Order: sequence, then C-alpha cells, then structure tokens
Amino acid sequence: MTTLTLAARDSATMTRRSLRHVMRYPVTLVVSVVVPVMLLLLFTGVFGSLRSSLGAVSHSAYLAYVVPGIIVMTAAYGSSVTAQSINRDSTEGIIARFRTMAISPASVLNGHVISALARTLLSVALVIGVSIGLGFRPTADAGRWLAVAGVTALLVLALTWLAVPFGLAAKTAEGLSGFVLIVQLLPFISSAFVPPDQMSGSVRWFAAHQPFTPVIDTLRGLLTGTADGGTALVAVAWCIGIALAGYLWARVLFRRDLSR
Amino acid sequence: MTSAITVTGLRKSFGSKVVLDGIDLEVGAGTTFSLLGPNGAGKTTTVQIMSTLVRADGGEVRVAGHDVARNPAAVRAAIGVTGQFSAVDNLLTGEENLLLMADLHHLSRARGRRRAAGLLEKFDLADAARKTVTTYSGGMRRRLDLAMTLVGDPRIIFLDEPTTGLDPRSRRMMWQTIRDLVADGVTIFLTTQQLDEADALADHIALLDHGKVVAAGTPEELKRGIPGAHVRLRFAAVAGLDAAERALGGAFRHEDTLTLEVPSDGGATAVRALLNRLGDTADAVDEVSVHTPDLDDVFFALTGHPAAKAADEEMENVR
Repeated sequence: MTTLTLAARDSATMTRRSLRHVMRYPVTLVVSVVVPVMLLLLFTGVFGSLRSSLGAVSHSAYLAYVVPGIIVMTAAYGSSVTAQSINRDSTEGIIARFRTMAISPASVLNGHVISALARTLLSVALVIGVSIGLGFRPTADAGRWLAVAGVTALLVLALTWLAVPFGLAAKTAEGLSGFVLIVQLLPFISSAFVPPDQMSGSVRWFAAHQPFTPVIDTLRGLLTGTADGGTALVAVAWCIGIALAGYLWARVLFRRDLSR
Repeated sequence: MTSAITVTGLRKSFGSKVVLDGIDLEVGAGTTFSLLGPNGAGKTTTVQIMSTLVRADGGEVRVAGHDVARNPAAVRAAIGVTGQFSAVDNLLTGEENLLLMADLHHLSRARGRRRAAGLLEKFDLADAARKTVTTYSGGMRRRLDLAMTLVGDPRIIFLDEPTTGLDPRSRRMMWQTIRDLVADGVTIFLTTQQLDEADALADHIALLDHGKVVAAGTPEELKRGIPGAHVRLRFAAVAGLDAAERALGGAFRHEDTLTLEVPSDGGATAVRALLNRLGDTADAVDEVSVHTPDLDDVFFALTGHPAAKAADEEMENVR
C-alpha cells in the first residue's frame, strides 16, 4: 500500500471514530446549535428591539444583519468542542497508543479535523434553518449559497486547525479556557452585532481589522446581496493564514516528545 | 539466543533532570524481561523510548532488529504497548475499541470482527462488549487495553506496570495471560514495582534505580543477595519478650518495639512449628505477622539505600 492510500485509509478510520463520538453524545451537537440560537434570540430580542425603538433599523433588517455573525459564532463554538475532544485524546493517552502503531501519523489529527468540519457545518446549517424559521430572508441564489458554504467551510477549517494545537498543548481541560474564551468572545468585538464605524476609538480599529469582521461581512454580502470582493479576499486570506499557522504549530506539537 | 531488544548506553534527560543515565539491556526473543524499580526510576521513560514515543539523547536502542531512531515505522509494526500512558477510547464500547484497532491494522471487516469476538471472549469481556468503556471497572479496562494491543498480533509487547491498581484476582488473570503469550513465542518487556511479580513472570530482571541498572540477572541470582522472609512476634511486655527469646534462640530482638524477628519462609508449617517451640510463652504474643521480602528489601540489600521516595515520582509527573 502506498503512503497516500495508507494515509487516506487511516484518516477515514479516525474520522469514523470521531463521528461515532458525536453520534454517541448527540447532546454536544444540540448544544452547539442551541447556544448560537439563544444568542440570536438575545440579540434580536433585546439589542435589536433597542435599536429599532431608536429608529435605527427595523427588526427584520437587524435579524438579517446579525445572522452572519451568528454563523461565525457557531463555527467558533464548534472549534472549542474540537479543542476539548483533542485534549481528551491527548491527556487520556490514546494519542500515545496511536503513535506506537504502524499507522499514518497524520491520520490522528486528520480524523479530528474532518469530523469537526462535518459536525460544525451541520450545526451551521441547523442554525441557518432556525434563523429562517425566525424570519430571516436571505436573497442569495444557488451560486451565492455555494459561496456561503465555501466561506463557512474555510472558516471552520481555519478555526479547527487553530483548535488542534491548543488541544494538544493543554495539560488539562481547564488549560483550554483561554482558547475557548478568545474564540467565543472575539466575534462580539467585530461587525457581528454593530457596524464597527458606530464604535468608538481603539475598539473601532480593532473591530474593523480583526479576522472575524471580513468573514462576517463576506457572508452578509453573499446572503443579503451586498457582496464586496475586497472583503472576500481579506476573509479568505485570514482563513488560509490561520489554518496554516495552526497546522504548522500542531505538527510541531504532535512530533515533539511526550514528556508528561 | 537471538535478541528481541538490545539497549546500549541509553541516556535521557528532561531539562536538567537526568532520567536515564547510560543503561544497557538485552532481551532474548521469546522471553519475559522485567524492569524492576520504584516510582521515578525511569521505567516508563525507557518503555517510551523503546516504543518510539520519546527520542533518546544518547545510546542505541534496537527493537526487533530495527533502530528506534532511524526506523521507527518498522519498530511500530513489530510491537504492542499497554501501559500507564497508553489508553483506551472511553467514549466507545469495548467492541468498538477492538474494531478500531482492527481497522488501523488493516484487517478485513470479517477478520476484524472474528479477531474482536475472539479477544472479547478470551479476556472475559463478551458480556460488556456493547457497553461504553466509561462503565468498565479498572480490571476490565486493563484487560481491554491488553486485548487492543493483541489485535495486531505483535511479536514484542511492552507492558508498563500492567497490574498496578488491580485487585488480586485481576492480577492473577493478567499473569496467566502474560504466560500464555510467552508460550506462543511472544517477547514480553514488563515494568513493575513489585518483586513478586517480576519473580513470578520474568526470565531476567534488571533493577533500575535513579536511571541506572544497579543489578541484573535471573530471579534466583538476584534473590540470593536478599534477606529471606521472617516471622515477626510482638509482645505486650518485656517479660514475654525475654521468655520467647530464650525459647527460640537465634531470633533478632527489637527492644523499642518489643518485637522478635525469626527467620522463616512464612509458610503455615513453619509458623506452626515456631509457635510449638514457643509453647506456653505463645500466650504472651500480642501479634504474629509474616514479612516477605519486597522491593524495599531488594533495594536495601542490593544498593544499600532505600528505594527512591515518592517525591521523585511527583517531580516526574510535574514534567
């Protein structure tokens, strides 16, 4: 068997293993949909009502504004689940077992990443479904929906590869709280809920330049028809950069001696 | 005799702490070799290096004829590892764990299923096959761990403290399994903190202390230098102690604890004979206990100092 077919076969086995975990504990999947939906309800119900009472924006317009941010938050939540599951493998020692076996070393992490991609994209699809149920009316045609799927998949891939090294590096589940906090809080200081130009000072600068903002703007453009080519390129560049950095860091951590 | 494992001048440090300070080992194919030592002696690190998980700083390690540093893939194809640091997938069932191993060893679906079913039967896990591992007892989990190692039919198996924390019955079962494997021609490399375990299973023993092999040989060779078992008699008063000492002769007297130590193999016959010799004085004995040599005795006899303390172990765990 060639190296490549070996890698593909072992990666498929590892992916099946991870997906089996998801199916065994479906509550994880449910929570990863319920949390973003709660946020959606919170923001449209509380914050959106405030803004519409000030005459700034109508309720349905604000819902349309917020959904792309909620999609990104769903992806961010999914990556924290991924980090936890990799951390469990690493601290419980099954990764050590895999590393003493004659298998493709890359398959261990590949399996996690592929199943995380499937799981998180499913959560995103469910969240979009609920949004539509709540009155969200995207104007995208089939081509744009495809682009939405592509951008979302790229974002999930980036956040997942970022989650992998954090999961490997943390010695306990508590050690992950920093990563979880960052990926789950960062979207709040982006264009997710308020346009950055309505923010003040350094917060505005940060919100305008942080990676989540171009991704959210791109999704918003694709879903509700205000596509901006420049933003899309920035979004793609950020995602590829984050994915690559996470991948390289994960590779270093995975190959390093187990000294614990 | 061909060698399954040869280790020469193996060195490893973690930061400034020297864990392995130039050790040499030779394990014959089809034999059981036991690395005996207290916590923190470097046993687990040795196994991690031999099983390609950790790189050595110096020395040469050959497993199944392959250098672990230069050809780890060939080593991995020949070995199986079960131990403190390896593990099972707690979220899957016992059967799913075994099928996962079968898939990773590229067995066909039918062969994998047969292999899993056979191992579940052999390790007394058939009834729990469809339950997730989180519901397993410590003994069941350890058996599953070893069963997973056997899916790939390894010729060399590393067992890192396989019976630590097991109840006596599970421990006996594990011992029997190890003997069966050796009977099938498998080479076993076993680490343990228990002298009786190394004595019961190993053809050769090496005693590891602070990263050095301080003694090596067959169990008989090592035990020759160790004080034998003794019976300890504790008294309530000095009068009883005096009387018993006169009655027995050749006993070792501890004034401060009011005890007598009498050399004996500790068996029932010997203890009965001893009590008979005491006669009426036996009534003055508060407590009779049998003391068999343990790792501490071996260490004291062979190294002149007690085994490393738990503090060292914690040092290693912190790393």
